[in-house]
Amino acid sequence: MRQQWRGPASIPVRIIEHLGYSGLSLLIAGLIALPLGVALGHSGRGAFFVVNLANAWRAIPTLGLLVLMVILLGFSPLAWLIPLVALAVPPILINAYEGVAGVERELKDVARGMGMRPWQQLIRVEIPVALPLILLGLRTAATFVVSTATIAAEIGLGGLGRYIIDGLSVSDYGQVAGGAALVVLLAMAVQLLFAGLRRLIVSAGLRKQAS
Amino acid sequence: MTWSWIASNAGLIRQLTLANAFLGIMPALLGLAVSVPLGIACVRWGWLYPPVLSAASAVYALPSLALFVVLIPYTGLSDTTVIIPLTLFSLCVLVPSVVDGLRGVPEPVRQAATAMGLRPLRRLVTVELPLAAPVIFGGLRVAAVSSISLASVGQLIGVSSLGYLFIDGLQRSFPTEIYVGIGGVILLAVLCDASLVLARGLLTPWQRQRQRRRRPGAVVGAPVGDAITRTGHSA
Repeated sequence: MRQQWRGPASIPVRIIEHLGYSGLSLLIAGLIALPLGVALGHSGRGAFFVVNLANAWRAIPTLGLLVLMVILLGFSPLAWLIPLVALAVPPILINAYEGVAGVERELKDVARGMGMRPWQQLIRVEIPVALPLILLGLRTAATFVVSTATIAAEIGLGGLGRYIIDGLSVSDYGQVAGGAALVVLLAMAVQLLFAGLRRLIVSAGLRKQAS
Repeated sequence: MTWSWIASNAGLIRQLTLANAFLGIMPALLGLAVSVPLGIACVRWGWLYPPVLSAASAVYALPSLALFVVLIPYTGLSDTTVIIPLTLFSLCVLVPSVVDGLRGVPEPVRQAATAMGLRPLRRLVTVELPLAAPVIFGGLRVAAVSSISLASVGQLIGVSSLGYLFIDGLQRSFPTEIYVGIGGVILLAVLCDASLVLARGLLTPWQRQRQRRRRPGAVVGAPVGDAITRTGHSA
């Protein structure tokens, strides 16, 4: 009982490891995808690229990418960072693109009529209006990354997937079910976090409209 | 890349590809069989839609491996253990596409059908569902492609698929095997997607004559508000 709560294989340590992998991947993906998505959406170019990215993204098996990276790069952090970032970039990019590209013409005209410069239009009108979709993209990416960090245990990483993979290998289904339950709880916590974030930073008028 | 390995293991690769295709396509079809009646009910009784949508997106947030594992005590290490979670995931894409498709049928068309004497059921089957078909096919494509890709994770609980090549390739440090696995999954997904596009073309011949319409937004994620096209699920 005690070893579940203390030491290197304890539940708190595994949760922190899991959140560490997920958080770092999400951060890097956000730094790449948000500026790119907003820029593409603002310019209205690259629709073809974005749609194809969405399609290709669904077909790529992350497990395959993960094991391939381990073999090519060894057990360096890049081996799990590359697949997890690759998983998180498309939803963030696509939603940022759609959000900014979907801002109504009239709204932009009003902003210009009020004397805003182009970059002010972007920062003060287009991005805030696109925020619900931008957050949806981040939430989707976060959910996927937290889920997928589970299978990272297959390549010898820590995190909550350890309980599932280790439990399976010795047919200890109690441990497996416990690990699965913890992952589910973590995924739900992430959903709640983003629901709260949405409440905090999306303008009240927009929230009313969307839900 | 060791090409000779591919030739000497063609039988194994073919067998794994077929298994993966089955594990990927079944959930999409089962999901469709559930979503059509569920979607019709959601359109008929509007209050049903928000709770159904929330339930579907809650399930969608769960990791596939965790769901596989939770089912093991009930369905064992069988195909069913992989097919049930993937079917549940597909609902998150398919139910909204059925609802959006049916809601997109223009009111004048509905009235014309009623004026021609079609009863509600007949109108649904012969007018509304066919007109909703392109949108439903859009959802089906997303569901099928992501299930095919996700089915490979089933290998972690020992259900055979192209994922076998990933695990075996990892254990033997043999990249060729992994390339073949990834290539196989992508090829399977592309083939399946192409056949669905073809099927849609055959089933909705009137679409071809129409000018290309504006593409619906490619919003990716669990449904919030009126997000349109949704995505597949990840591991």
